[in-house]
Amino acid sequence: MSGLSPGFADPVADAQSCFRAVLDAMSRPGRLRRIAGLTPAAPLGHAAAALLMTLVDQETPLWLDPEAAGARAWIEFHCGAPLVEDAGAAMFAFALARPGLPMPDLTSLCAGTHESPETAATLILQLPALGSGRRWRLSGPGLRTPEVLQADGLPADFAVRWQHNHGQFPCGVDLILCAGDTLTALPRSVMIEEA
Amino acid sequence: MTPHSLPDHPHPARRRWMAVLARADAAAIETRLQACRDLPPYIRLRGPESGLVMVRGRAGGAGGPFNLGEMTVTRCTVRTDQGLVGHAYVPGRDARQAELAAMVDALMQDPARADTLEAAVIAPLEAAQQARQATRTAKAAATKVQFFAMQTMRT
Repeated sequence: MSGLSPGFADPVADAQSCFRAVLDAMSRPGRLRRIAGLTPAAPLGHAAAALLMTLVDQETPLWLDPEAAGARAWIEFHCGAPLVEDAGAAMFAFALARPGLPMPDLTSLCAGTHESPETAATLILQLPALGSGRRWRLSGPGLRTPEVLQADGLPADFAVRWQHNHGQFPCGVDLILCAGDTLTALPRSVMIEEA
Repeated sequence: MTPHSLPDHPHPARRRWMAVLARADAAAIETRLQACRDLPPYIRLRGPESGLVMVRGRAGGAGGPFNLGEMTVTRCTVRTDQGLVGHAYVPGRDARQAELAAMVDALMQDPARADTLEAAVIAPLEAAQQARQATRTAKAAATKVQFFAMQTMRT
């Protein structure tokens, strides 16, 4: 517990502005948003920590990447979320992605059902960098013209994996990418190709 | 108002000082703390923030649990520069009391300070609370009615 650091300076206003940023990011896939004002425990970045504090609480089971075990105490203290071992039982999943580290299988997460697709899980993936690295072309709802997202650390076959997830629409997992204090969202409705 | 002595509590001493701090008001804790020199700096990890908790009860301590009602609780968590984390949950809305209680909880975990704090803060507060409780009990006991007359009539 000795490595604990404070959460939001202003819990209500900061969580609201972070929620607004997520909402904007979800409605404009691939657009980068900035979030600042937190000093979380490693390996959590600012944006990932703010996302967890905003979206995750005692009613949302969270699956935590074993690589992110250093932040376990911080997340347990600030979010109070029940941590689950089975990724399929989680409403939110947090994972780290970097070269040499496999991205969690999107099919291992809950994709929702046709009766209630809103029960699908959201994967928060922390990358080494956003705005640089490999290029991906995004198109679909929210994008008048295709947009190019640069993200470092996604697996080479990400477009294929995503195609499988996207093909399940209206079911499927939503993805929020973050790196440092930047975040962007890839809702299940978006189409992704290599650019 | 005495704390229940559950046999399996992992840290009965901590439970005792938290109970004392939860019943003491902010001014009383602050006055006692003035006797302690060189208190270390600390940062707030969470709160102080107020909320509601559901208080549950059991009839006779053994019946089925039921919801007694909600009560206001203020909580606070602080970390000292040595890395000691103190938590406090106090009844009511006194943010200052919650913060002071959390700080004392953190310092009481430091073996180098625990004895000083125990003597300067916890023990006097506990004594004052026990004296107040004894006074109240005595006053209530004085109003107790003994129905000697009816007993005498029946026999």
